[in-house]
Amino acid sequence: MTSENIESLVNRRYEHGFVTDIATESLPPGLDEGVVRAISARKNEPEFMLEWRLQAYRQWLEMREPKWAHVHYPPIDFNSISYYAAPISDDDRPKSLDEVDPKLLETYEKLGIPLHERAKLAGVAVDAVFDSVSVATTFKEKLFEVGVIFCSFSEAVREHSDLVQKYLGSVVPRRDNFYAALNSAVFSDGSFVYIPKGVRCPMELSTYFRINAANTGQFERTLIIADEGSHVSYLEGCTAPMRDENQLHAAVVELIALEGAEIKYSTVQNWYPGDENGVGGIYNFVTKRGDCRGDNSKISWTQVETGSAITWKYPSCILRGDNSVGEFYSVAVVNNMQQADTGTKMIHIGANTRSTIVSKGISAGRAQNVYRGLVKVMPQAHGARNHTQCDSLLIGKECGAHTFPYMEIKNPSAKIEHEATTSKISADQLFYCRQRGISEEDAVNLIVNGFCREVFKELPMEFAVEAQALLNVSLEGAVG
Amino acid sequence: MLEVINLKSRVGDTEILRGLSLSVNAGEVHAIMGPNGSGKSTLAQVIAGNDDYVVTGGEVIYKGNNLLDLKPEERAREGIFLGFQYPVEIPGVNNAYLLKAAVNAKRKHQGLGDVDAFEFLKLAREKMAVLGMDPKFLNRGVNEGFSGGEKKRNEILQMAMLEPSLAILDETDSGLDIDALKAVAEGVNKLRHPDRAIVLVTHYQRMLDYVEPDFVHVLSEGKIVRSGDKTLALELEEKGYEWVREAANG
Repeated sequence: MTSENIESLVNRRYEHGFVTDIATESLPPGLDEGVVRAISARKNEPEFMLEWRLQAYRQWLEMREPKWAHVHYPPIDFNSISYYAAPISDDDRPKSLDEVDPKLLETYEKLGIPLHERAKLAGVAVDAVFDSVSVATTFKEKLFEVGVIFCSFSEAVREHSDLVQKYLGSVVPRRDNFYAALNSAVFSDGSFVYIPKGVRCPMELSTYFRINAANTGQFERTLIIADEGSHVSYLEGCTAPMRDENQLHAAVVELIALEGAEIKYSTVQNWYPGDENGVGGIYNFVTKRGDCRGDNSKISWTQVETGSAITWKYPSCILRGDNSVGEFYSVAVVNNMQQADTGTKMIHIGANTRSTIVSKGISAGRAQNVYRGLVKVMPQAHGARNHTQCDSLLIGKECGAHTFPYMEIKNPSAKIEHEATTSKISADQLFYCRQRGISEEDAVNLIVNGFCREVFKELPMEFAVEAQALLNVSLEGAVG
Repeated sequence: MLEVINLKSRVGDTEILRGLSLSVNAGEVHAIMGPNGSGKSTLAQVIAGNDDYVVTGGEVIYKGNNLLDLKPEERAREGIFLGFQYPVEIPGVNNAYLLKAAVNAKRKHQGLGDVDAFEFLKLAREKMAVLGMDPKFLNRGVNEGFSGGEKKRNEILQMAMLEPSLAILDETDSGLDIDALKAVAEGVNKLRHPDRAIVLVTHYQRMLDYVEPDFVHVLSEGKIVRSGDKTLALELEEKGYEWVREAANG
């Protein structure tokens, strides 16, 4: 062995990935400072970003995995995970849709995914996907005209470092929780949005996202800033089941709405849930939080969660500005062995702040669905109001629904309402539909979609249609 | 059209139908009367295919085929309609949506394409006018928060849209005020047709003042104990069900 070889072996952890100049290489499993440095270096990040990551890593080392959620899974070995997974080489991808699992294609068909997006979603080699680049370019030009910045997080770190430095971690601090700290240390990529003062973003930031940024890796980082009086609607995710090799996903999303600004953030999450016995499947441990920093601002979360083996997710709003508004509309579907512990936190700080929570949980198979929500009214939040509606629907006899509402009210003028229901799809409802000629499976879909209506109507139009189809696919085989 | 032969059925451990036979032809209106617990609703549910009701004997032949082999939705698509005694609420599901899904399921079965949305709405509004229903009902949740009378009118609306071959109306008259009863009866009368059979399951004579039956059958303890024309209903009204029971036992 030559001395050069020995040296590279000794320094392996530090050097791997940026000394060897192979773009497609992944880092070996394990996490230490060297890995954090390697990730930062590979992305050509400025010094501040590396420093930020390293501090997060050191904080993470002192933290413990949260155990309070109502979910069960074997311990995660954080040293068995590779923290920089290079993109799959085109050689390993299917060359065309003909090589893709027909079952997957069938699902796309049922979901009504446009033809030109199917190849991309199925992981077909990029050069085989026609026209997606030019579509993206057109969008980008249109956004540039009005001054909207919409780019990958990595690009923002390099090109808009002032904004990133100012806002990153200002809603979800590095040490907010175990997974947020981990994400802060090793985040792979994600999206960055800045809407300038008074601008109404001319399009849903969704179409673009779906075509281009679908594959952002397992530690996704998103930062959206809506400057004074601006407005943006952002759509994350995709109804199509996405190809993914990583089991652990720990994303962080931060939203900042300045005075009079409005952010509408819609999510459709459909990661692989594992098979009917719970084998495989993604662990989705996400921290999402919005800060209504200015007066009269508004942040609205809408989510449709059907995928993942385990979901741990609480999109929240900090209602700091006076008269600010927070909303949370959620549909969480679990089937087979899936587990979801999801909900929201509404923290009322400003005067006359208002929040609305509508949560619809659907459980089928042997799955467990948890709603966990906190409404907190601080002493200075005069006239705060909250309305919470939390409904659970059970399909079959082996599933479960659990509700954990927390309320901390420190101002006597607050008005807080909480309504909760648990219901089953009754044999009477099914028979009624079937007597009208509707098949049992269609009847279940019809009833479930009715149950979710209040949430679906909050979704962007074309997406609401897909979300309905998605629910139908997710509940296939739930009855009978 | 419908041939029920020596039908026996139970719910749980309780035997309800104990050898019931009935023959219904196209164009006829039959009234089935009888005291509570005599098996009227059970007969309706068994024909519609509710699997809470177990068939333990006998046959049901519909349009020449064994009806009992078919699933409830297949029976519906073949033209069997049950107007429910207690129509169930399906919260959040748009009434028009259910109605359209039902119409399209039947059309598909007949090899036809989906109904045109505008045609559908136009037709639904026409039928609703006849039944004295506010068009707003189309956009409400199925039976959600409907009054008793509204639910029954909604059943008749569904029947009118689906144009069944065999309509069984299970106590559609119960709980209706006189205006609702007249509206429902008018809806039923409009559907009288040489190709269609209607079976009215009812406890009282009242409905039959407005919808004149060709045949009246009296059920007791799971069997038809008397059949006759409309005068039987009047006689029954006068003498009470005890009279039938005695006649059956005597």
